[in-house]
Amino acid sequence: MSDQEERISETTRLGLEIVKEAEEDRLMTLSVGPQHPGSGHFRFTVKVDGDYIVDCDPDPGYVHRGEEKMCEYRNFIQNIPHLERPVIHDSSNITYSYSLAVEELVKIDVPRRAQFIRAIASELNRQIYTLYWLAIYGIFLGHSTMFMWPTGDRELIIDLMEALTGARVTHAYNIPGGVRNDIPYGFKDRCLRQVSYFEKRLKEYEDIFYNNPLLRQRTEGVAILTKEDAIKLGVTGSVLRASGIPYDIRKAEPYDIYDEIDFNVQYMKTCDSFARAYVPLLDMRESCHIIRQLLDKMPESGEVRAKLQPNPKGPPGEAYRRVESGRGALGYYIVSDGTPRPYRVKISVGSFRNLLALPHLLVGSKLGDMPSVYWSLNYWPVEADR
Amino acid sequence: MSKSDDLSLGNIKGKPSPTVASNKALPSISTKQGETGSVAAPPKPSSNNTSVQVKSEEAELPQFEKGIIDSLVSKYGDSIKIIYVKPDRIKIEVPSKDIVEIARHIRDESGFDHAESVSATDYPKTGDIEVIYHLGSYTRDDLSSHILSLSTRTDRNNARLPSLIGVFRSVEYHERESFEMVGVYFDNHPRNDRFLLPEDWADIPPLRKEFRIKGR
Repeated sequence: MSDQEERISETTRLGLEIVKEAEEDRLMTLSVGPQHPGSGHFRFTVKVDGDYIVDCDPDPGYVHRGEEKMCEYRNFIQNIPHLERPVIHDSSNITYSYSLAVEELVKIDVPRRAQFIRAIASELNRQIYTLYWLAIYGIFLGHSTMFMWPTGDRELIIDLMEALTGARVTHAYNIPGGVRNDIPYGFKDRCLRQVSYFEKRLKEYEDIFYNNPLLRQRTEGVAILTKEDAIKLGVTGSVLRASGIPYDIRKAEPYDIYDEIDFNVQYMKTCDSFARAYVPLLDMRESCHIIRQLLDKMPESGEVRAKLQPNPKGPPGEAYRRVESGRGALGYYIVSDGTPRPYRVKISVGSFRNLLALPHLLVGSKLGDMPSVYWSLNYWPVEADR
Repeated sequence: MSKSDDLSLGNIKGKPSPTVASNKALPSISTKQGETGSVAAPPKPSSNNTSVQVKSEEAELPQFEKGIIDSLVSKYGDSIKIIYVKPDRIKIEVPSKDIVEIARHIRDESGFDHAESVSATDYPKTGDIEVIYHLGSYTRDDLSSHILSLSTRTDRNNARLPSLIGVFRSVEYHERESFEMVGVYFDNHPRNDRFLLPEDWADIPPLRKEFRIKGR
């Protein structure tokens, strides 16, 4: 190699190093959360190259409370109040699948009227949760009306739940064997009135928010989660149904009286951020339809709770039961060793499963799309951490 | 992990894949698992240890569920132990050395395409840890109500299992959670490290039975 050639290769090497250094300098690491109000109690770091996100590393666990460990120290009934803490807005659903699993282990038959009542409570709770989610989604896309309206309408349903259960949030209403108390006098009419009003409001939400050209422009065609990827990542709930898979536990594996109810699984095929935000609205509309049928078909009188032993226990065994919550499938895996306390409880929650889609969707998106993509995943950090 | 395993899901606009790219340092978790560094052969699952009812009378099996397990049993024979078959629920137990191959067979032939949950349970009385994968199906309508529980056991003093991330991409965070909560090290998993617990956690994995909640 001549002197000249050596010099050139040396220059090339130096040049390459400079390019590499410049590339590293170009990347900037941003930390989102846990104090940032837009992320909830959740932190993730993103690396941006100019306007584009090139890396995302979720770091949940800021609200981890060891629910699964706590379950091993309490008996099946004592577990109910603390198990609904992960999602206080959707507390009827998170205790629903727990009750189903305990009923399978302890072998309890639930009275028919109780099955209707707890389905009504769960559908109302689904709406409370989804309205809260919609409010936050709206405000972080800069639409403050969409924060005010659902928050206000949510109060009406919360009042309804208060009349039913006695508590505004964390109702501890669905328990193994049925529900804690019967419905109050005049509940049926009040519920029907509320549902009719709410259906009208949903139409207005659609006009002012979902048909807003600004929202459409920010979400349509953004962060596509294809059908194949959705299956591979095992996402659930509205995220899954927005990717064109009509899968709902209420239809796929009907629990209690859902097999007698006539409803459709709402899904969209566009797979984008808009679809993930729109499917919850369709779900709420379908939920109103379900509540009407439940109120109509509910037996007028009867038991609302099966008689339990003081410390209920069943033979050794295990159960895995799931329900469709506001954020997708919510499953409980409970192992019993024959004592009144569970040996092991595993809560499989939709938020934790959908978290896997966050890095997948954010990498390659623009930084400005981050709020809409993050909230479109219907992610509830407290539930994911448990 | 074989080359055919599709670990990353394809990059959007050619940017690097986020989660699997960084292979962080091995764990500093204070159990006995990581110290030897060798992959010990897990003990044979003993039959009388579980707290699970063993029902395997052929006559009681529901027809549809029987069809699912028949194809597995005919291929893998004795290595598959059927723990129970209930309507919509099947549980099988396999040795840990075969789990990746059997899981791939379940995915490709039986139609279960994603994992809903992965839970590890500690059994100090028999000295092992059971890891159970709850598998479901989105693609096949006739399987939509079914859950196939694929379980395996490992020694709790040296808890190591092959990761199923090459077969079911959806197990990534669940296995990571099992690692920190119960202390099962997953070979070939890109990140066996902290997820939900605090970064300065210096105790044993909290879902082990020796870990006691203070004051209880």
